[in-house]
Amino acid sequence: MSNLFDLLVAGLATGAIYALVAVGFTLLWQTSQTINFAQGEFVMLPAFLMLAAMHVGAPFWLAIILGILLSMILLGLAFKMLLVDPMMRHGVLPLAIATMALAIGIKEAVKQFFSAEASPFPSIVPTGDISILGHAVSLQSIGVLVLAILAVFGLTSLLNRTSLGHQMQAAAQNPTVARIIGVPVERMILLTFLINAFLVALASLLITPIYLAKFSSGEVLGQAAFIAAIVGGFNQVRGAIAGGLLIGVLDNLAAAYVSTQYRAAVPMIFLIAVILFRPQGLLGRAEERTI
Amino acid sequence: MSGFAKPLKIALGLIVIAGLIIVPMNFNRYGLFILSQWAVMSIAAMGLNLTLGYAGQVSLAQGAFVGIGAYAAAIMTTHGWPLPVAIVVAIVLSFAVGWVLGYPALRVQHHYLAFVTLAFSTLAFLVFRNESWLTGGIYGISNIPRPHIFGIATNKPLPFYYVCLGSLAIVSLAVWWLIRSPWGRAFMALRENPLRAQSLGVDTRRYTLMAFAIGSALGGVAGALYAPLTQYIDPVPFNLSLSLDLLMMVIVGGAGFYFGPFLGAMIAVLLPEWLRFTEGYYLMLYAVAVMLLLIWSPTGILGILDRYLAERRTKAASALRAVAKSRLETVQ
Repeated sequence: MSNLFDLLVAGLATGAIYALVAVGFTLLWQTSQTINFAQGEFVMLPAFLMLAAMHVGAPFWLAIILGILLSMILLGLAFKMLLVDPMMRHGVLPLAIATMALAIGIKEAVKQFFSAEASPFPSIVPTGDISILGHAVSLQSIGVLVLAILAVFGLTSLLNRTSLGHQMQAAAQNPTVARIIGVPVERMILLTFLINAFLVALASLLITPIYLAKFSSGEVLGQAAFIAAIVGGFNQVRGAIAGGLLIGVLDNLAAAYVSTQYRAAVPMIFLIAVILFRPQGLLGRAEERTI
Repeated sequence: MSGFAKPLKIALGLIVIAGLIIVPMNFNRYGLFILSQWAVMSIAAMGLNLTLGYAGQVSLAQGAFVGIGAYAAAIMTTHGWPLPVAIVVAIVLSFAVGWVLGYPALRVQHHYLAFVTLAFSTLAFLVFRNESWLTGGIYGISNIPRPHIFGIATNKPLPFYYVCLGSLAIVSLAVWWLIRSPWGRAFMALRENPLRAQSLGVDTRRYTLMAFAIGSALGGVAGALYAPLTQYIDPVPFNLSLSLDLLMMVIVGGAGFYFGPFLGAMIAVLLPEWLRFTEGYYLMLYAVAVMLLLIWSPTGILGILDRYLAERRTKAASALRAVAKSRLETVQ
């Protein structure tokens, strides 16, 4: 049983990180119909920005701030203005393909300018174990879980309790009407891109100490976030959160109880089942079909 | 393409075909390998173009079908079966699996479909990697023989290049015929407006499954040629990135244009080779080039040509109208 408890805690911790990434993913989809195939690379890159800042002598806390700011500029502002804006009106597919190319570009750039090897990354949560209900639980898992929950809680309160959040939701749900009642839709869309960049930078900060900083680590992360977003509901923030936690736990349990060889298959089969039997996601609402 | 006069088009086609036959004769081993790879990838991309470009069904699993074809060919030819038989088996197998994969497309569309096929692609990769009794696992299958065609051994690069080119020619003709047949029309109806297609009596269910199955079967053909081309296969080339690459080829070349896959495969296979002198930067430059192209023309390279020709046609038409109008006025 203690094994199961450990697996659950570790699963929830990685799941909370998946949730952060998946929330950003659904935000971009809702406000601008962007399917960001580079989302995994977006998580991989900020860790390298932070490492680069530390290489030139910045202390860890400053490197974190610089890393987050730089990702908001590069992955938020520049991504939206240079790639998404010119392509948005041409439909979903060309933009999705362009983000695939972007993923290749980011991966290669990190490999070329930084390193092809995995680099260690300092943890912002102290390592070690604490005892909960007689179980030794890794402090890192708890810390990651707490920080991720705080971030998600902060975001949902921003979206649901502030006027800014309501404007963002309006811009996502019905841009035309939102514009009529005076919501600055363009600014709201830009804001979601900045929030996404902040979330991926945070996820990067939390997950890189566990999995090391490597140019190719975005592939697995990106896929986990896609699956989380779809399983939970592509058009719901709380769906993405639930999906992230679920996939994290499922992934960890599958590694322990199914074969390690086929652990990656479990979330995939789950994904196919959800899409076939409940395409709007577990918590999502059905999208209207346009003819 | 209709802006060109017909004889000019035929002459251009003949020059390209003659070029593809004659020019590689004094290529070295590596050049021939790259060109053969172009031919193989063109076949796979053509299959995806049928599914995506003509029938409008997004698939992120074409790479998995190339893998299925490659493993079928590798397993059979290393056990002494001739390649043509293996190709037939690869076609049947990919067709059947593609048909089954089409079922989700009856329920969901667009990005959901993309993710179902993405999941399938990952599952196929896991099977290639883990079922080592069949696929050799991570060690793969080596010493895949090249075939004898009409008694001629194709072990050398040049004869095998002609095998790939010949297969490409056969597939191209078949696809050319297909998209002009009522089936091709039905596929396009499916893409443009499924609801209307259905109300006009098109069996959308059957044609959706067909679009997947035929597209996948061509992926299988490409795989069955890929295995003897490289003579060694392991699971790595058939992971998700091959599916993404093939999708990129179709979109970059121009989805729904007959010649799109040829151009797309050319860019995806040859452009990185030409950029190799830039060493570590070549994939980065390739990525930037693809993004710039898509920003400039989201409908791909042939989209640019198409727009240019359409513009010229409208100009010509309005010129004709102006002439006709002035004539009318002079008569009055």
